[in-house]
Amino acid sequence: MTELRIVFTLNGERREIQAPAHRTLLHVLRDDLGAVEVKEGCGEGVCGTCTVLLDGEPVSSCLVLAGRAAGRDIMTLRGLGDGDAPHPLQEAFVTHGAAQCGFCTPGMILTAYAFLQENPQASRSEIRRAIAGNLCRCTGYTKIVDAIAAAGREAPPRG
Amino acid sequence: MARGTAVSRMEPLRVVGRPLPRHDAWDKARARTLYAADWQMPGMLHGAVLRSPYPAARIARLDTTRAAALPGVAAVLTAQDVPNNTLWTDVPGQTSAVGRLRARLQVLAEDRVRFQGEPVALVAAETPEVAAQALELIEVAYAEQPGVFGPEEALQAGAPRVHEEGNLLARWQVQRGDVDAALGRAHVVVDQTYRCQFVDHAYLEPEAGVAWVDADGVVTIRVSTQVIEHFRDVAEVLGLPHSKVRVIAPYIGGGFGGKEDVTVEVFLGLLAWRTRRPVRMVWSRQESLLARPKRHPFILRYRTGAAQDGTLLAQKVEVLADSGAYAYLSALVLLYATVTAAGPYRTPHVAIDARVAYTNNPPTSAMRGFGAMQMVLGYESQMAQVARRLGLDPVELCLRNALRKGDRLPIGQELDTHVAVAEAAQRAWTALGPRRAPARPSHRIGRGLACNIQPYGRIVWLHDWASAWVGFETDGGVVIRTGVPDVGGGQASSLCQIAAEVLGVDPARISIHIADSALTPLAGTTTATRQLYMSGNAVLHAATQLRRQILEVAAQMLETPADRVDLRESSAVTTAGRRVSLAQVMQECARLGVPRDYLGTYHAPAGDPVDLERGGGRVFPDYTFGAHAIEVEVDTETGAVTILRHVACHDVGRAINPQSVEGQIQGGAVMGLGYGLMEEVVVDRGVNLSTSFAAYLIPTSLDVPDVESVIIQSGEGKGPFGARGIGEPPIGPPAAAIANAIEDAVGVRITELPITPERVARALGLVTDGDRG
Repeated sequence: MTELRIVFTLNGERREIQAPAHRTLLHVLRDDLGAVEVKEGCGEGVCGTCTVLLDGEPVSSCLVLAGRAAGRDIMTLRGLGDGDAPHPLQEAFVTHGAAQCGFCTPGMILTAYAFLQENPQASRSEIRRAIAGNLCRCTGYTKIVDAIAAAGREAPPRG
Repeated sequence: MARGTAVSRMEPLRVVGRPLPRHDAWDKARARTLYAADWQMPGMLHGAVLRSPYPAARIARLDTTRAAALPGVAAVLTAQDVPNNTLWTDVPGQTSAVGRLRARLQVLAEDRVRFQGEPVALVAAETPEVAAQALELIEVAYAEQPGVFGPEEALQAGAPRVHEEGNLLARWQVQRGDVDAALGRAHVVVDQTYRCQFVDHAYLEPEAGVAWVDADGVVTIRVSTQVIEHFRDVAEVLGLPHSKVRVIAPYIGGGFGGKEDVTVEVFLGLLAWRTRRPVRMVWSRQESLLARPKRHPFILRYRTGAAQDGTLLAQKVEVLADSGAYAYLSALVLLYATVTAAGPYRTPHVAIDARVAYTNNPPTSAMRGFGAMQMVLGYESQMAQVARRLGLDPVELCLRNALRKGDRLPIGQELDTHVAVAEAAQRAWTALGPRRAPARPSHRIGRGLACNIQPYGRIVWLHDWASAWVGFETDGGVVIRTGVPDVGGGQASSLCQIAAEVLGVDPARISIHIADSALTPLAGTTTATRQLYMSGNAVLHAATQLRRQILEVAAQMLETPADRVDLRESSAVTTAGRRVSLAQVMQECARLGVPRDYLGTYHAPAGDPVDLERGGGRVFPDYTFGAHAIEVEVDTETGAVTILRHVACHDVGRAINPQSVEGQIQGGAVMGLGYGLMEEVVVDRGVNLSTSFAAYLIPTSLDVPDVESVIIQSGEGKGPFGARGIGEPPIGPPAAAIANAIEDAVGVRITELPITPERVARALGLVTDGDRG
């Protein structure tokens, strides 16, 4: 079994790991680095639960081999905001009741965050299109769209 | 102790009724919630399950030698290693001759397997990879046997028996009046058969848990479950005293009834007890879809007779359900179907005959709506057809027949709280607004209505109860301890809101500790739309008693009669405005030795089992009523159906937290849309073909519209402050409302779920069987 030495940045910190070549980024994050904020929903890239940002782009970490992350920048939900100052998107998810069981929430917020970076004033149907790869079984999506739309409206204009 | 009447009507309300964000949402939005699979223990092993590849087979040989010899394997268990491998159940009040039911819980297969995915052996190993390798080294020789793969086939003479005593698992019957005579004199009779499918709960969090043997030999299991009281099942399987097993439920990543039966906890208990090491077991999505119990497919035949003015005269209903290979909760699921079979309508003559059969399909058990929801497709499709045949508006037909307070259900139970069917139908229908124009000339617009009745709270002869402990800390903060599992519906935070209301503190000053069978007072299951009703009443009762205790002390401190002291803003305040902080009151309580806590228990109204055939009586504490109105656009060239609008209206009695209520309604409605339009676990002669999320499709954000919820607050529920349960009810109406809207749009009646474009295209004559393949 080929072992790889992989160096990447996780939420702003340099991390170095040793992992078999077939190991997915999801398992490296969860099992080797204890980043259990990344959840596993299906293991086959359908549900979006395990979404992380790879150089700012949302990816299903269950479909990314860890080696592909070498030299790149990974962000999980723990990298967005912190305890004292949650990101406006996190606040919007709370105030709009967009998290019920909360299991899809980390992936959903990261997808929304990446989308709002480019489209802060998106319409509801554009938001629905953006999150179509992130399944939620609890909310029926309306309150998630509410939260993302509200966070977009509150975002400062990009200068 | 409170029995039956712990409904408080304090007005005006300060905290209850406000759409407050939940305390648990902050952790969830920051990814700090530690779900079952996120838990790790030092020296932890990894558990895995070997499952049968065949739906019906004899186990000719089972050899674990090679697996056990693999380095890194700590244990390999088969049925003979399980102290009590089968737990039995019987169903009080059952009407048929069917007695004790086979296997409430069959832990591991013995001499034969009865469904594909049935657990055969367990492994615990140092890594998940070694565990997977060990599974492959277990040698099993199966001899395939003839099976039965549908309930009709199962009940035919000479059908292979899934269990020795025959394939009829349970039967419930109701007779009121003379249904055949009434159908004979009806102006219109609609006679139609409907079929609904296997579906999966598809919560985003697959089954998971970690177990370890704690001090004093207590097997402790932290598991994603709706029922911490399965500690008793684990103890019985292990042959241990009940007190030696402890189950803790962390916040759960969705349940919907799929975590009501045991999942991983018995396996974890066995492996941890055998190895005396912590063990984790996490099922993959594929494993969850393959082997977990599904929703029961029903075959429903309805004959509905009405007079010329639309007055319903008779309903004759036959139900045949598929239980799959084991009983689980099938008999009770079928009871829910029986009780609600005639829908929320006055029907003088009713005959119901409901049967459920064993097959070699995946087992079926609890899922949101629990037998009552499948019936909505039947009775509401019938109502729409009666309306069309008589040229009546669907709302008008509903109003003419809707149940009212004081009416009796066909089972004989009187409805003793508000019945909002008529009002819900009118409000949902009106809220649809003006009819939209089709997007293309080949598209048609249609509208459908569907009402429903869904019980909340458990069957009265199960003698349900829930306890909660509420106490003040000396700094004036409040602690609640209760054994409520929180599946994501806001179960815990609603209890905080109730306590905050009664005790005059900010909900943020309340800490709630939930769902630990050893340390929190038991509160029963988070199932059956019962937690707000049951534990809400328990917390209300405890908080009300606690308020009384401390109000006396506060009154002495304020030198004012207690009836002129209120608790608000974390203070005791007199009508004249003088105040003392609750922290000071608690310190005074401590000095005087006045208790600062109260353990409250709420007992639901109880009753004896009723004989449904001979007059019946009360089966459930109460019911929630609602109506959904849906506007669809049908593409007459492809059969594709788009939901344009969806209004969901329910009487929730009182919305303790309107945001949580809306969340339940919108989420339930969308789950109902998935059931109506796209979801199906395809089972081909016992082989499950939908074992991945790529094959089992649940609604994405693009498949459904924003659901508009309309909340009726009659104030007449049996929960705290007059609340009714709302967890299950919203899933009921959507499928029937879609079918009715499609008929309105294009004039064809779809009787089988899910309503895929292919089914619509076939009904429209766009494809015929000759086109297949």
